[in-house]
Amino acid sequence: MMRAAPRALARAAFAVGLALAATLAIVAASGAPPLETLAVMAQGGFGSEAAWLRTLSSFAPLLLCGAALCVTFAANLWNIGVEGQITMGALGCLWFLRAVSPAGPLPPGLAVTLSLLAAMAGGAAWALLSGVLRTHGRVHEIFSGLGLNFVAMGVSLWLILGPWKRPGMASLSGTAPLDPALWLPALGGRPMSLVGPILAVLAFAGVVWLLTRTFFGLTLSAVRQNSLAAERLGLAPKIRILTAMGIGGALAGLAGGVLIAGLYHRLIPSVSGNYGYTAILAVLLASGSLPAVPLACLFFAALAVGSIQLPLTLSLDSSLAGVIQGVLVLTLFAARGLWPAASRRKP
Amino acid sequence: MSFGYMEALFASVLFAAAPLIVASLGETVAERAGVINLSLDGTLLFSAMAAFTVARVTGNPWLGLLAGAGAGAAVAAVLVLFGQALRVSELAVGFVLTLFCRELAYFLGHAQARRPGPDLGVLHIPGLADLPFLGKGVFHQSPVVLLSLLAVAGVWFFLMRTKTGLLVRAVGESPEAVKARGFSVARVRFWCCLAGGAMAGCAGGFYSLAVKPGWGHPQGCEGAGWIALAIVIFGGWKPARVALGALFFAAIQVAGIALQDALPGLSGTLFQIAPFPVMIITLLVVNLRRSAAFREAARRVPILGRLMPRSAGGAPGAIVGALDRGF
Repeated sequence: MMRAAPRALARAAFAVGLALAATLAIVAASGAPPLETLAVMAQGGFGSEAAWLRTLSSFAPLLLCGAALCVTFAANLWNIGVEGQITMGALGCLWFLRAVSPAGPLPPGLAVTLSLLAAMAGGAAWALLSGVLRTHGRVHEIFSGLGLNFVAMGVSLWLILGPWKRPGMASLSGTAPLDPALWLPALGGRPMSLVGPILAVLAFAGVVWLLTRTFFGLTLSAVRQNSLAAERLGLAPKIRILTAMGIGGALAGLAGGVLIAGLYHRLIPSVSGNYGYTAILAVLLASGSLPAVPLACLFFAALAVGSIQLPLTLSLDSSLAGVIQGVLVLTLFAARGLWPAASRRKP
Repeated sequence: MSFGYMEALFASVLFAAAPLIVASLGETVAERAGVINLSLDGTLLFSAMAAFTVARVTGNPWLGLLAGAGAGAAVAAVLVLFGQALRVSELAVGFVLTLFCRELAYFLGHAQARRPGPDLGVLHIPGLADLPFLGKGVFHQSPVVLLSLLAVAGVWFFLMRTKTGLLVRAVGESPEAVKARGFSVARVRFWCCLAGGAMAGCAGGFYSLAVKPGWGHPQGCEGAGWIALAIVIFGGWKPARVALGALFFAAIQVAGIALQDALPGLSGTLFQIAPFPVMIITLLVVNLRRSAAFREAARRVPILGRLMPRSAGGAPGAIVGALDRGF
C-alpha cells in the first residue's frame, strides 16, 4: 500500500508524457504545426469567459453521462447505449415542453422542471429496454445498447423531418426553437445557462453517495464481484442490474433534457453529440476512481470545445479532440499494464 | 418484377454484402481463437481511409486495398498487444480503439475528403459472365464480390478442414487443454487476431474503393462494423452461416434503398437504421433458442426441437467467459 502512491504517480506521468508525444506525432503527421495546434485548442477551451461557459455547457452532459456510467459499471454492465438514452431524454423533454405551451396552465418554471423529469423517464425507459434484453433475452448489452443508439437517432430524425418539422419546411437544421420562457434560466444575463452544470455536479455527488454509502451500492459491488454468489445470497442480480440500468438511463436522459432546455432549445439531428461515447472514455481514464471522473469530464469537455476552433484557424478536422482522448486512455491502459497497482483488481 | 430486375437486385445484394462478409469472417477467425475484436467499426473506417489515401496517392486501387489490410492488421496488433501482453480487458481496449480509430480516420483523412480517386472497377470474366444470374452477380461485377465469396470458401476450409484450423478452434474452446499439449495459446491468438484485423481492413478498403467509393465525413460505412460483430453471433461462429447472415443484412439495406423509391413519404434515414432493430431481434431469437426455458419447451413440444441449435454451446468457450466477465 505504501508503494502504491509513487507507482500511481509514475503511471500518470508516463501516460501523460506518452499521450502528449503521440498526439504531437499525429498532428505533425497531418502536416500541421503541433504546438500551435495545441495552443489553439487550449485557447478555445479555456481562453475567455465565453470559452469557459462553452466548456461548462459541454461538461454538464458529459458529467451526467459519467455519473450514469459509474452506476452501470458498478454493476459490471457495458452500458454503451448512453447515446440513445441521451437522445430519448431529449425527446422526452421536448415532447413535454411542446405539450405545455408557455401560455398553458403550468407556470414556466414548473413546466421546465417537469420536462427534466420527463427527460429522465425517457432515458430510463430506453436503458431499461436494454436491461430487460440482457436479463430476460440474453442479448448482451453491448449489442442492444448500440442498436438502440441507432434506433434513437432514427426516431429523432423522423421527428425532425416528420411530425415535429418546422411549420412550412422540414430541415435538418432542427425543429422550431422553444419559447424563451421555457428555457433553463441563464444566470446574470450570460448566453448560457449554468443550471445544467450545477445539476450535473449535484447528480454526480448523489451517485457517489449511492455507490459508497448505501446498501444498494454495496449489493451492486457484490453482484459485480460474483453474480452467482450474489444470487445465492438472495441479492437478486437481475433486479439490481435493472435498477442500475434504470438509474443510469435516468441520468443520461437528464443530460438530454439539459441539452434541450439549457443549450439547444430545439431538437437537432445529433442531439446526443457523442457525449455518451466520450463519457465512456472519461470514466475509463478515471479508471475506477470516483473523484477523478469530474476532472476527466472537465478536461474532455475543454478538449472538445477547444477543437471547434481547429477547422476555422488551422483548417484541421475537429476530430483531433477524439484522437487525443483515445490516445490518453490507451496510454493509461499501457501504463497500467506495465506497472500494475500493488493491490490490483481483477480486470 | 421482371427477371432482369431480380438479377440486378441479386447483384446489388452480393455487392453490398461483400465487405460485411469479409469483415465478419475475419472476426469469426479471431473469435474462434478466443479474442473479441470490438474495434471492428473503427477498424473499417480507419482502413477505408488508409486504402483510399494510398489508392489516390499511388493511383493503384489494389495497392490501396493492401494498405487497408495492413491498417486493419495494425489496429488488431494494438488490440492483441494490450489484451494479451498487458492483460487489459480486450472489451475495453476494443471499444476505445473503435472511437480512437474513427476520430483518427477523420483527422488524418481530412485532406482526402470529397476528392475523386481510383476505385476497383468492374471485373469481367469472359464466358462465365454470360451465365444466367451468376454472370451479372459474380463474374461481371466489382471484384470485391468474387473476393468475398473466395474468402468464405477459404475461411471455411481453413477453420474446418486444416490442422491449424483445428488448433485455432481448440484455443477458443479450451485454452488450458491446448497449453497442456504444449502449444502457445498467445501465439495462435496473436496471428488469428492479426488475420481477422487484416480481413476487416480489406473490408474497409472494399467500402472506400468499391461499395461507397471515396472518403468523407461521414464515409457511409459507419455502423457496419457493429453489424458485422452481430452477424458473427447470428451465424453461430460458422463461416458459411456467417456469410448467409451478412447476405441477409445486406438484403435489408438494399430493400431499404429499393423501398425508399417506392415509398417516398418515409424518410430514408429510417431505412438506414433498419438493420439495427433487426440485429437486436435476431440476437434475441438466436440467444433464446439456447436458453434453458426453450430447451424445456422443446422437450414438451417436440416440433420446437427442430429449431434447437444442433451444437451444444455455439459460442467458443473463451468468448462466453470474456463477455460474462464484462468490464
